[in-house]
Amino acid sequence: MIKVSNIVKTYNKGSVQAVNDISFEVKRGELFGLIGPDGAGKSSIFRILTTLLLADSGTATVNGFDVVNQFQSIRNCIGYMPGRFSLYQDLTIEENLEFFATVFDTTIEENYDLIRDIYVQIEPFKDRRAGKLSGGMKQKLALCCALIHKPEVLFLDEPTTGVDVVSRREFWEMLKKLKQQGLTIVVSTPYMDEASLCDRIALMQGGHILSIDTPQNIIASYQKTLYAVAAPNMYKVLTAMRSYEQTESCFAFGDCLHLTLKGDSTIDDVSKYITALNFTDVQIQEIVPDIEDCFIKLLKEN
Amino acid sequence: MRSLYFLLEKEFKQMFRSKGLLRTLFIAPVIQLILMPMAANYSVKNISLAIVDHDHSSVSQKLISKVTASGHFQLVAYCNNNNEALELIEHDKADLILEIPNKFEQNLVRENVQKLNVQINAIEGVKAGLGGGYLASIIGDFNTEARIRTVQPAHIQQGAAISIMPVNWYNQFLNYYLFIVPGILVNLITGIGIMQAAFNLVKEKEIGTIEQINVTPIKKQYFILGKLLPFYALSIIIFTVGLLVSYVFYNVFPVGSFGTMYVSLFAYLFALLGFGLLLSTYSETQQQTMSLAFFFLNVLNMMSGLFTSIDSMPQWAKVVTGCFPVSHFIQTMRMIMLKGSTLSDVSFHLWAMVGIGIVFNGWAVLNYRKRS
Repeated sequence: MIKVSNIVKTYNKGSVQAVNDISFEVKRGELFGLIGPDGAGKSSIFRILTTLLLADSGTATVNGFDVVNQFQSIRNCIGYMPGRFSLYQDLTIEENLEFFATVFDTTIEENYDLIRDIYVQIEPFKDRRAGKLSGGMKQKLALCCALIHKPEVLFLDEPTTGVDVVSRREFWEMLKKLKQQGLTIVVSTPYMDEASLCDRIALMQGGHILSIDTPQNIIASYQKTLYAVAAPNMYKVLTAMRSYEQTESCFAFGDCLHLTLKGDSTIDDVSKYITALNFTDVQIQEIVPDIEDCFIKLLKEN
Repeated sequence: MRSLYFLLEKEFKQMFRSKGLLRTLFIAPVIQLILMPMAANYSVKNISLAIVDHDHSSVSQKLISKVTASGHFQLVAYCNNNNEALELIEHDKADLILEIPNKFEQNLVRENVQKLNVQINAIEGVKAGLGGGYLASIIGDFNTEARIRTVQPAHIQQGAAISIMPVNWYNQFLNYYLFIVPGILVNLITGIGIMQAAFNLVKEKEIGTIEQINVTPIKKQYFILGKLLPFYALSIIIFTVGLLVSYVFYNVFPVGSFGTMYVSLFAYLFALLGFGLLLSTYSETQQQTMSLAFFFLNVLNMMSGLFTSIDSMPQWAKVVTGCFPVSHFIQTMRMIMLKGSTLSDVSFHLWAMVGIGIVFNGWAVLNYRKRS
């Protein structure tokens, strides 16, 4: 469905490398995630694939059309939701939706099936101006507008950034339903916890792809045993663990520390070390790594 | 074409929804058109005059009363000597000094020759030039009268004299409003047209809505046309309101036909809005547009021929002026309003405006890219 090969994009006459020789493929009907921190190059890839930006080198096709030569065909078959809310704030929900429908030479009624589940949630406010909507409602409206012409590929650039936890979960539910209707969806997010909701993900950093696979495979490739360390005085334990010679990596992670050890050191070695330093109430247990652990590990390896 | 209709529908909706904008767009020009012609007045009145009369004769009295009776001058002081009068100029209390020498009457009658000393404060050039001119013509008049009274008629006949009887065509009484009101109306339309056309597109850039538009299959020509047409309509309405105000407040009514006038307006708006659009394709934020528009509006207004005569500009300035549409439209408007010129009379300016319009609009469409 989407094929990207050796795309390079630089800004400021080459001084800023945004996308560095990236290649990947997205299959039809897949929910594909570009995961990475701010500045990883996610938005640049989106803008290249949505024909808004020209790459310095490399080729890319969307739905079989070349992003440079056949951009008109691409514009007819994709839906794009930019990271920033970019609908007309002085038009109402209904007017925005109608406008984008007519721009694509269609009507709301024609493709109502596709947006029904989402639109019913904001329909009670359809006469309210878009600028006056809450963040979650704006995002639902933007999704409706991106879907109204029944695109084959949907590009969502950080759709959940700045959205509350409940709305985020709802949004991913919506994406799942859209996927079931056969849509190919490419989504980017800086939140690692959303990665497991995708079929396949690409972990990105500094314009490079660190790893592409299913979330399960990426987690499985984390070969080390991971421990969670919890203690009343986290900071002191963290410094202590970092100076421990058997420690490979140790990071603060929410309310505990994530720890990996060198060679065949075990949990008992750590316990001994930590009690020798007069720490009390320290709990250590083995845990299953998540995507963020994998991301940090990949970062260290690169 | 269908998409153009929907774009226009959207633009008009947005325009009418912004109540504050519409109000300012209509009320501000009307107020300016009512007030500015009164303030921006070329005819100089109330020139402060200080007189130093060393003669104190009946002739000098006559001259002084003739000068003050003209209405241009206001006698602020009657000084004993020149130094005293100069001090008044230094303190900005007097603009002009008229010094009448001792034995003014005597010399005038006996020796037929007399000199007067006029000193002018030239800090304000226009005022000084006009004031000096007025005074000179009054003294000239006085001179003729004095000759008739003092010299025998036979003598006058001997020196051949050329008398000038100017006739002011098209504006017989040099009604200043006939000249300045159409000019100010054009300036107002210029400001509104450029600003609105430039801001509208940049607003979409700044808010980010252009991102969403750019990924749609809308053709950029339609998108730009959709941006221009509403301001075409708006400018025409404001122009009409302006004409009405000119008639009601200044009794300025075009001698020529409205048809010719509106055809010229169409050509002018084509060039003007194209220029606004061009500015907007070169800026990313409204602040950048503002700076660009401010710069060009100043140039356009100062070089439009509204305040200064184009004919007296240096050659390079004439060329620059000719490249901007404003001067063409001001001249067209004056020709139609005062002279009643027809389409064929103004055809040069008309084609110039159309040509400039094609360049600006073409440039804007080429420079507006849906992708970077």
